[in-house]
Amino acid sequence: MPDALLEVRDLSVSFRTENGVVRAVDGLSLSLALGEVVGIVGESGSGKTVSMMAVMRLIRDPNAVIEGEVLLRGRDLMRLPQNEMRLVRGGEIAMIFQDPMTALTPVYTVGWQIAEQLRAHEALSRKQARARVVELLAEVGISNPGRRVDDYPHQFSGGMRQRVMIAMALSCNPSILIADEPTTALDVTIQAQILELMKRLQRDYGSSIILITHDMGVVSDLAERVAVMYAGSVVEEGSKSAVFRDPQHPYTWGLLGSIPRVGRPRVRRLAAIPGTPPSLLSPPEGCRFGPRCPHRFDRCSIRPELAPRVSADRLDACHLDPAIRPSLRQRSVA
Amino acid sequence: MSEMLLEARDLVKHFPVRRSKDVVHAVDGVSLDVQRGETLGIVGESGCGKSTLGRLLVRLHEPTSGTVRFRGDDITKLSRRELRPFRREMQMIFQDPYASLNPRKRVGQIVADPFHIHRTASREETRRRVQDLLEVVGLSPDHVNRYPHEFSGGQRQRIGVARALALSPQLIVADEPVSALDVSIQAQVINLLDDLQDDFQLTYVFIAHDLGVVHHVSDRIAVMYLGVVVEIGPSDPLFLHPIHPYTEALLSAIPPIEADDEARRERIVLEGEVPSPIDPPPGCRFHPRCPYATEICRVEQPLLADHGGGRFAACHHPLDAKGA
Repeated sequence: MPDALLEVRDLSVSFRTENGVVRAVDGLSLSLALGEVVGIVGESGSGKTVSMMAVMRLIRDPNAVIEGEVLLRGRDLMRLPQNEMRLVRGGEIAMIFQDPMTALTPVYTVGWQIAEQLRAHEALSRKQARARVVELLAEVGISNPGRRVDDYPHQFSGGMRQRVMIAMALSCNPSILIADEPTTALDVTIQAQILELMKRLQRDYGSSIILITHDMGVVSDLAERVAVMYAGSVVEEGSKSAVFRDPQHPYTWGLLGSIPRVGRPRVRRLAAIPGTPPSLLSPPEGCRFGPRCPHRFDRCSIRPELAPRVSADRLDACHLDPAIRPSLRQRSVA
Repeated sequence: MSEMLLEARDLVKHFPVRRSKDVVHAVDGVSLDVQRGETLGIVGESGCGKSTLGRLLVRLHEPTSGTVRFRGDDITKLSRRELRPFRREMQMIFQDPYASLNPRKRVGQIVADPFHIHRTASREETRRRVQDLLEVVGLSPDHVNRYPHEFSGGQRQRIGVARALALSPQLIVADEPVSALDVSIQAQVINLLDDLQDDFQLTYVFIAHDLGVVHHVSDRIAVMYLGVVVEIGPSDPLFLHPIHPYTEALLSAIPPIEADDEARRERIVLEGEVPSPIDPPPGCRFHPRCPYATEICRVEQPLLADHGGGRFAACHHPLDAKGA
């Protein structure tokens, strides 16, 4: 795809530890088009957050080994010198985190923190920066922004802090926003407010968003395309409606079967996935999901590539014949 | 008429705020019944008092006023010694499987502790029972000598379940038992709790903020807001046709999964946030955020009214539930 704004190619992140090498991200490929919202879903330890931290080059661990390419408008971020990368971070790609309390420093006012970021990227006077911060706070729905600008993070509620984080992320008009579990720490009614805000901002600014979440409802609400991660790589990718209505990978079947659905009649039992995710110290040979997969067969000892098997825009990493998948899926979800 | 296991009447719990005259109205007049063998779900957002209520029900908190009856006996006034036989019948499972297990004790000791405290079994019998319990919750009996840190989150929650089951209780109050777990592991633990309920005729009070989970496990659900129950009734009707505007807003706030077209409702985005429980609003506690509020809601606190079919709601302007 030539028009990809961001393209991640075969990204791997490993950590050397006392017990051996942990392969946290293991060959991740993903692309993001201009104005698109891509959701990355997966459980703890699947590599969602680490991969995006690697994209932002925020992994400072000297024992980390990062390989692969991250192309932003064709420019490889992995090869950029630190000072240029600093302009990309916050300027072109901004990130918001799950826990806004730890992402904001408690010792400065929120106004000071947002202004600092603004002035790092743009030549603004203190006064101009402050005026812009007040505008931004109003934009994300903080009432009385002229007064709130001088408040400290602890004076805001969880939902309001997340709004502050969003204001900070948007301050330099980034072309890409990476949102890592932006609503996970919030109650549902506050989550609904933040989701509406993000939708409006995406409409108004046309930002491209990578949304990391474990919540299938949140990803359904915001994303157009969905990538499902398991044990460090993408196992399935496609449009939101394709992935949720016609999932191809047995892991996705299990994941969707595990969720109690509010709108459906109650089922007697949830279709839980047996076992636990593999240790990333010694991942299983072949398909990473093989040991937990009820449909594995001899080919699964060879690791399947993420490739189009059903149609051109539907990727999956599973050896099962696409023709027999629907009947297997029926059995595993029923 | 099935047997009543637990009856709470006008339960109130106020916590004093340090160095001030303020009090937090955590639970402010809750009455509810739990029938033997059922699962009663309690839902609500952070700070609505659902955990405090759970602890009041098993008397891990002393109520400021009100009573709790367990099989007809008032347990609110009992001394520690008098309470002891009741403790065996009422157990609790906690949210955080990392904080609720002593990291210095081996799993065998953790699960054996209830037997030691209540002196109900010999040493040999305890050992045998612990192995049985581990097997019942899906752990290997060989794990008795391991420490909690050697287990994953889901396995730790199974240890907590084994400990709760040790003295064959009648009632288990589970406070967010699966919210720290990933969905695939969460489903395993929910299925386990479900099987145990059938095998041991357990009664559950299941506290959670995840509406999908609560709907799945509960026969009846109580919805809490700012220390009071605003609606209570059988799960399916409550989810399909909520009576209280807060229940409606709460349900509409859940983003539906793409393929669940039936779950799609118009999202009611509530303005503002939950008011402080130190100074709850007069009248109906939900009125400052309620789209249907009128003058009466500002002055008069609505009481739980019978809407038929076991459904109760505390609202001056109940939504039409007859659409069923």
